[in-house]
Parts: sequence; structure tokens; C-alpha cells
Amino acid sequence: MTETVEQLSCQELVELVTDYLEGALSAEQRARFEAHLEPCRGCTAYVAQMRATIELVGRLMPEDISPEAEAALLGVFRNWKS
Amino acid sequence: MEHALQLEELQLIEALRGGDERAFEELMRMYQAALVRVAQIYVSSRAVAEEVVQETWLAVLNGIDRFEGRSSLKTWIFRILANRAKTRAERERRTIPFSALRSPEGVPESAVYADRFLDPEHPRWPGHWATPPTQWPEERLLGQETQRMIDEAIERLPAAQRAVITLRDVQGWSGEEVCNALELTETNQRVLLHRARSKVRRALEEYLLEDQ
Repeated sequence: MTETVEQLSCQELVELVTDYLEGALSAEQRARFEAHLEPCRGCTAYVAQMRATIELVGRLMPEDISPEAEAALLGVFRNWKS
Repeated sequence: MEHALQLEELQLIEALRGGDERAFEELMRMYQAALVRVAQIYVSSRAVAEEVVQETWLAVLNGIDRFEGRSSLKTWIFRILANRAKTRAERERRTIPFSALRSPEGVPESAVYADRFLDPEHPRWPGHWATPPTQWPEERLLGQETQRMIDEAIERLPAAQRAVITLRDVQGWSGEEVCNALELTETNQRVLLHRARSKVRRALEEYLLEDQ
């Protein structure tokens, strides 16, 4: 092994994906992350899967308020107002 | 924390002070689902969470005249919720879940099971993929079945992770907004988000590959 900056393993990379996507890595960490990612097909697929996951979760509709809860809360409001 | 109230927020607050029911309905639509999710971090059941949320709305109405806008309306409402939910949790003698918010790293969790990787002592490829992920079949990703499966995967998450992924990725809040509402550090917010997203990815992978 040569005396370069220690490389990330795939197992380490998967734990940094959220920090990477959130822009929370330092410039140096980011460079290490990208240096690993670029030639690694497994990790490239993994990051693509995480991005797809985020996008799919984003398509879920926020839960609607139930008619019962809505009626109860409007009752609270009308009591408060009177 | 300094905060400049947005015009829209100011109008809502004024309308609420004036007893405008539509303003209240709008707030309910915006926050009810998120409030219930967050309350569930602290209390034992959905039913109790809904009670706490109802108490919170009453406290919001009773306090709106005194609200000074030093935080956003949203943050203020979620702070009231957190206080109520904590009080309720103490009465229920339920203390364990707080550690999920304060020190999620206390309980280590891997994004991907260790058996997917080669041994960390492997002479040539330490920690490299043994079973690498593959590309997902595009056409199945967008099916309704997949959406339902994701919904179920989120339901199975621990409450703190479920609240964070719901606020961030379903409701589209910023990381900062989630930190404020849940009184979380940025690091802990990211840890919870990371674990939640990683588990949903895992569930998707299992689902998409099961009949290949």
C-alpha cells in the first residue's frame, strides 16, 4: 500500500450517504467520498437507490386529518371562541 | 432565536386572534398529521398522541394573544406540543424514548447489514461489497403497490425516526425546521434521518428483488 490518504471502504461509505446528500461533510471528507464513489459501481448503485428512496418517500401524500379529529378540533375552537 | 415573521404567518395569527375559523382549519391541515407523529415519539399510543395534540391546539388558542413572534408560529406550536407530550409521558412513566432523540448514537445501527460486505480484514478488498446493490427495475418503482410498501416500512420505524423522515421527506420541511420543532441537534437529526432512509431503502430492495 502506498502512503496516500486512507481510502473509504464501501461499508464506511454507506454510513456517510446522508451527510453527503445533506451537504454536511467537510471538503476533505467530501473529496474522499467522491474519490471512492466515482470508480465504484456498487456504491454508485447504492447512492442512486438512496436518492430514489428519498424521491419515492416524497411522493407519499401527507396523511389527511380524520373527519372525527377534525370535528373534535372544530368543537375545541368553537368553545374557545364563545 | 431571531425570526422575522412572514406576512402569511402574520395574517394567520391575526385571523386566529379574531376568531376566524378558516384560519384555524388551515393551521389544522398544515400541522395536524405532523403533530400526531411527533407526539407519538413521547407517548405510548396513537390515541394518547391525539389527545395530547388536542390539548396542544387549545393551548395554542389560549396563548395566541401572547405569542410575540420570537420564533416562527410553527416552532412555537411544536414547542407547546413537546412540553405537553413530555408531561403526559411522565404521567405514563415512560422515559425511554427520550434517549432516541438525545443520543441516538447510543445504540449503533448499520445502514446495510454487515454480511453484504467482505470482512474488514480482507487482504485485498476490506469492507468492499460482497453482494453489491443492483439497479432497480424502473417500472416497478412507480407502482401503487410500491407506495403502499413504503408507507408500511415507515410505519414500522421507531417513533423518532418515523417523525423525522415524515417531516423531512413527506412534508418537505428543512433540516433546521425539524431541529427546531423536535429540539434536536443537527447531528442527531441527521442520524435519525439516515437510519430512517436506510431502513426504507432496505425494505424497498427486499421488495423489488423478492421475485427475481
